[in-house]
Amino acid sequence: MIAVRDVRKSFGGFVALDDVSLEIPDGSLTALLGPSGSGKSTLLRIIAGLEQPDAGAIEIHGADATGVPPQRREIGFVFQHYAAFKHMTVRDNVAFGLTIRKRPKAEVRSRVDELLGVVGLAGYHERYPNQLSGGQRQRMALARALAVEPRVLLLDEPFGALDAKVRTELREWLRRLHDEVHVTTVLVTHDQEEAMAIADHIAVMDQGRIEQVGGPCELYDRPANRFVMGFLGPVARVGDQLVRPHDLEISAEPAGGARPAVVARVVHLGFEVRVELELEGEEAVWSQVTRREAEQLDLAEGATVWVRTAAETAVPA
Amino acid sequence: MPLNTVFGVLCALALARGRLPGKALLNAVIDLPFAVSPVVAGLALILVFGRGGWIDDLPFQVIFSVPGIVLATIFISVPFVVREVTPVLQEIGDEQEQAASTLGASRWQAFRRVTLPAIRWGVAYGVVLSVARCIGEFGAVSVVSGKIAGETETLTILVEQRFQNFNLAGAYAASALLAFIALATLLAMTVINPRREDDA
Repeated sequence: MIAVRDVRKSFGGFVALDDVSLEIPDGSLTALLGPSGSGKSTLLRIIAGLEQPDAGAIEIHGADATGVPPQRREIGFVFQHYAAFKHMTVRDNVAFGLTIRKRPKAEVRSRVDELLGVVGLAGYHERYPNQLSGGQRQRMALARALAVEPRVLLLDEPFGALDAKVRTELREWLRRLHDEVHVTTVLVTHDQEEAMAIADHIAVMDQGRIEQVGGPCELYDRPANRFVMGFLGPVARVGDQLVRPHDLEISAEPAGGARPAVVARVVHLGFEVRVELELEGEEAVWSQVTRREAEQLDLAEGATVWVRTAAETAVPA
Repeated sequence: MPLNTVFGVLCALALARGRLPGKALLNAVIDLPFAVSPVVAGLALILVFGRGGWIDDLPFQVIFSVPGIVLATIFISVPFVVREVTPVLQEIGDEQEQAASTLGASRWQAFRRVTLPAIRWGVAYGVVLSVARCIGEFGAVSVVSGKIAGETETLTILVEQRFQNFNLAGAYAASALLAFIALATLLAMTVINPRREDDA
């Protein structure tokens, strides 16, 4: 387990972390999720030892690691911009940590071969980083971090510099890799979809504080506050409640607790249909329904429908 | 020459990475030799190390001797190394060094295995530039060396002295040698420069 206890950090006058405490279970894949400036990268760098906290402590597997320099924390760190050693071949990059530890040459060679196979770069041994694509460089960086068998793998926006398609591929791949290797992994991201897609635990951060920690479904269905609700998905406001657009129930007939609304626009997005509704005396909201529901309700612009919310997912506005 | 490489790289590291309070001052001082006449620099060295200077009780002679020439040359040429290496260091950033440290490298290991190879062509170019500068250096060295024939003479000073003594043939011979060394340095520069740009 990694334990973060009451950590504070400021840069000049800017408070990056404000009394943050967090426990990261062994073998989990935990995401630190938040907008830029929320302190998530700073927290990761403090866990890595690349930054020192102003106050508080870090424990890794039961031992206090607060003053331990990064080279003795037995971690693997992957940077957003790869931090590849440009003057070294892929082989030497991946072997770096093992060479520093003065492992026998034969062992280094077989370990590098094995890892390049795992990350899908077999046969790229003698290339230089500038001969690889972004996705390949990041996989090389992962192999380099995994080579030393770290107890903790820390990833700082690892897919942030890649284009959308490669990003999706790599995150699926990372999830499968984690299921095979089981190393405790902490991933920093500002992309809620990425966090939901691969993490078992998500810590949502804002303005140097942790707003909520939980599994992806828990956070989505039972957000602790408006920030978490808004950051994890779209929000519609009805009366004094915030709900997910797909939790607005639309019916053609008046039903218990339902309110009348006028259909302002119907947008067809393939399977999903977005309906913009005008409720009396309120801002327009949109609702998400399936194509079939839209056909059954015979939604047309100008029609009057009845709307109510599935209350268990709502957060007071 | 090895001395000014070491000093130069150290200064560049301090400028690019350090969090010194006097960074702006150091930055200004580095440029001083560009602005100040070398003769003035030589006189300043005499003021410090010469008889009655601030430091005149060293066990060996500095002024009118080899250490003086070396000091004068370092002072004149260090800025070339610093000005070449600092931007390269800033360009590569410190992520690679951080990556090395998370992989178990100590600071020295990270510097030797990651930083130094990354800046090697910048350093080489700076050194060659400073060699070029040193070969042509006359002012500061002529002041501190005392121009003692056969002992504290640099090639450039030799040329000047022979010329002054109407030994034209000798002056031309020494000049030709000097010109040859200069050409060799220029050649080295043209070889190194493209690699340096590849690195960046």
